[in-house]
Amino acid sequence: MSKPIEVDDATFGQKVLQSKIPVLVDFWAPWCRPCLMAAPVLEELASEYANKITFAKLDVDQNAQVAAKYNIMAIPNLIIFKEGKPVSQIVGYKPKEELKKDLDAVLK
Amino acid sequence: MTAKAKKEYDVIIIGGGPAGLSAGIYTSRARLNSLLIERGVMGGQIADAEMVENYAGFAEGISGAELGQLMQQQAVKYGLNIVTAEVNGLKLKKEKRVVNTTKGDFTAKAVIIASGSERSKLGTPGERELTGKGVSYCATCDAPFFKEKPIAVVGGGDIAITEALHLAKFASKVVVIHRRDQLRATRILEERARAEPKIEFLWDTVVEKIEGKEVVKQLNLRQVKTGKKSILNVAGVFIATGFKPNTDYLKGFLPLDKAGFIKTNESMETKIPGVFAAGDIRLNSARQAITAAGDGATAAVNAEKFISQ
Repeated sequence: MSKPIEVDDATFGQKVLQSKIPVLVDFWAPWCRPCLMAAPVLEELASEYANKITFAKLDVDQNAQVAAKYNIMAIPNLIIFKEGKPVSQIVGYKPKEELKKDLDAVLK
Repeated sequence: MTAKAKKEYDVIIIGGGPAGLSAGIYTSRARLNSLLIERGVMGGQIADAEMVENYAGFAEGISGAELGQLMQQQAVKYGLNIVTAEVNGLKLKKEKRVVNTTKGDFTAKAVIIASGSERSKLGTPGERELTGKGVSYCATCDAPFFKEKPIAVVGGGDIAITEALHLAKFASKVVVIHRRDQLRATRILEERARAEPKIEFLWDTVVEKIEGKEVVKQLNLRQVKTGKKSILNVAGVFIATGFKPNTDYLKGFLPLDKAGFIKTNESMETKIPGVFAAGDIRLNSARQAITAAGDGATAAVNAEKFISQ
């Protein structure tokens, strides 16, 4: 079982940008209900993609720096980082099968 | 729920909003073995509402999330089973109705479809490209990103006005853009919006284009009566013009109308025996939590009759 990790303004560089494998960052906030809907799906995917893609969560309410840097203006907002760069972005709640297509595209 | 989840039930309910949960309360109390399938978080759209003021019995109002939780508690108390999965489709197999999901097939004697609706798109150039960059469909999610900034809301119904009132707590100015010359929203909401100094109205106006490179910068507007075009500078635009039913998975199984809604009779029966529909997903639904709950109860009572036949 691999679970999503928590990242914040301080740890973002090390845990996301310097990661050896792609990292999906879930930009979320406690007041956002679709974000809570997405969470169990992302937990399942974190297991299924263990060792291929790291899953991370960043609370935009507590971590305004990173959220502002990537121009987050709507949540849920998933950005996949590869070698320190954003390569794919998914805005809004998406069902699991659709997310898998995006994840597989990044791994190709 | 685990992989050992039971696969056969008397009734399967699709959707965990007020319609589905009310149906679950009734079927569980009828001692029917009942499973409710929800793809995300329980409560349905009502759970997004900060305050529900029109559900009978809650004189002081209740938060939508709390109302949803209470409905769920009540249903689970009487034995409703809940599984988190996405439904891929339905089919008939002899006397059974088979529900294919991301967690495998579940079968039942009767099915109640209560999968609700979601926000529809405006269909304007720029909308798709700028989604998440100033174009939003959820004020409760995204209002805090627009602190002290001018924003627009497109629409004139209850949701549009409720969102405008919520956004007014954050934004510097909220412009409500509506294609008609009066609101569809409930009068009490309109009164509150008119009393809110940050809210302005643009009547008989449609959005022709949403413009901006990195983020939303302006809306190109057209006055429908005079044809006059204008530009509105905003940092964000919230789309609240309508809803589309979550019925894609039913195509080919049930007849749907052009917009995707399901036609039922007054017993909530669809064209297929033993398959019922309740709530927002029904053609001509009043789209209220309380009418959805009523639909769910009606569907459950008739599902019970169908099973005992």
